Amino acid sequence: MSDFEPTIIAFVCNWCTYTAADLAGTSRLTQPPNVRMIRMMCTGMVDPKYVIKALLEGADAVLISGCHPGDCHYINGNLKARRRVKLLKEILPRFGFDERRIKLTWIGASEGIDFANTMKELVNEVKELGPSKVRKQMVI
Amino acid sequence: MATTVKIPIKDQNLVSSLQDFFKTMLRDGDITGLMVAQHLPMKSSVMPTLVTDPDKLDAVDPLAPVFPMNAAKVVSKLTRKPLGGKVAVVLRPCEIRAFIELVKLKQGRVDDVVLIGIDCLGAYSNVHYPAFVGEDGMEATARFYRNIQEGKGTACDGFDLSPACKACEYPIAENADVLIGVVGMDIKDHLLAKANTSRGEDLLDNLGLSSTGEPEQRKKEIEKLVAERIAYRDQMFAETSEATADLEKLVNYLSNCVNCYNCRVACPVCYCRECVFLTDVFDHEPSQYLRWAKRKGILKMPTDTVFFHLTRMAHMSTACIGCGQCSNACPNNIPVMEIFRTVAHQTQKAFDYEAGRSLDDEPPLSIFREDEFQEVVAKMH
Repeated sequence: MSDFEPTIIAFVCNWCTYTAADLAGTSRLTQPPNVRMIRMMCTGMVDPKYVIKALLEGADAVLISGCHPGDCHYINGNLKARRRVKLLKEILPRFGFDERRIKLTWIGASEGIDFANTMKELVNEVKELGPSKVRKQMVI
Repeated sequence: MATTVKIPIKDQNLVSSLQDFFKTMLRDGDITGLMVAQHLPMKSSVMPTLVTDPDKLDAVDPLAPVFPMNAAKVVSKLTRKPLGGKVAVVLRPCEIRAFIELVKLKQGRVDDVVLIGIDCLGAYSNVHYPAFVGEDGMEATARFYRNIQEGKGTACDGFDLSPACKACEYPIAENADVLIGVVGMDIKDHLLAKANTSRGEDLLDNLGLSSTGEPEQRKKEIEKLVAERIAYRDQMFAETSEATADLEKLVNYLSNCVNCYNCRVACPVCYCRECVFLTDVFDHEPSQYLRWAKRKGILKMPTDTVFFHLTRMAHMSTACIGCGQCSNACPNNIPVMEIFRTVAHQTQKAFDYEAGRSLDDEPPLSIFREDEFQEVVAKMH
């Protein structure tokens, strides 16, 4: 499984995690290229269906990452995101989706190093989980 | 102390006695109108009607074992703005619970309505009822209750309740303004009408009915009924969980779905004016289909079936009140209610929420606190 390169879809907040990613880049920190980032204005606008769609399309994991509680640019979008992740973690594992393929983290704008480390750790973790079965499976 | 009065049954005729009760209510009660299910001239259909003339209540039959739609949807239409008069609405417990969810979702108001809930012994599906009812709808309702009274249960003439009703643990509309009690009553003698709120008391006060108490027998029978329903429900949960335990099984479970979205239309709590699945978000480019097909070598058409159902579970399961109209509306007999209720049971439990219970409980996805659900946040780096 060592040659398995996971595809991870990350929905990141413009104000915190995306800025941290930018900082990680300008700081020339090395990161694995497996994470496809989608910049949102806030994690509070990540509808559950975005996560469901990504997993049904065969993404090996979905990451949602926003501001630390209390730091949301829109006051409480990240708290809404947390409830939705809770909801998804109740629903999707019932149908065989591994709960570990849905991740929520808080990474602040100044935490470039944390961002790079989180990406490395996440990719390693998903490599150990192996490829999502949905990659090859026909989903109606 | 709640007001409890007798609704007398004349000539052992349950249906006509209830009609008399509603006629009196509309004539003497402090209301402008009454919304209640009636048999329509086409014999096999029973639909909600909004009535202002007491003489137009001759086909009223809220006990008919059928509800072609969850009437919470029409009460929502009546109450989204001031109605210009007070209307009493006669609903099943699941319709009241759906309406409570809609009010919390800002799709209706309780200000102009008095909720009248009737004990519900369940209903036949939209397909079975016309076959059961025969030529005389009101006689069919009497037949249904006679069957129950004689201890033969809710299965009658080879038809039985829809699975949603068999699994419904809320046969009594405890959260109505006025509760009409049937279970555990001698339906040849009288039914109960109990006011749970001051609004309900105002309505019952003017009707000149003699007061009474709730018999012990009723409590016992309700307990027994609820226990039976919960046993059926829990078995349904176990069977449905097993039948959908992985994605392959889920695909199998939903494979007859033709993406008609009738379940969404029939769902009383699915309230979006325009569902995202009907927007141009899902009008994919033709070339997109080919790209998708190339990815796995095969693409089932129409697409997005499992995606639709999972999304609806994420969007609406915390508000699911279990009326079963989704299954009722499914043209291909997919057990939609079964899977929805099974998931809803889990999601509502996760947020310590019970859909339709009370206006005071906040819907799980419209509130959030700073210190909660820490366990879903990954601790990395």
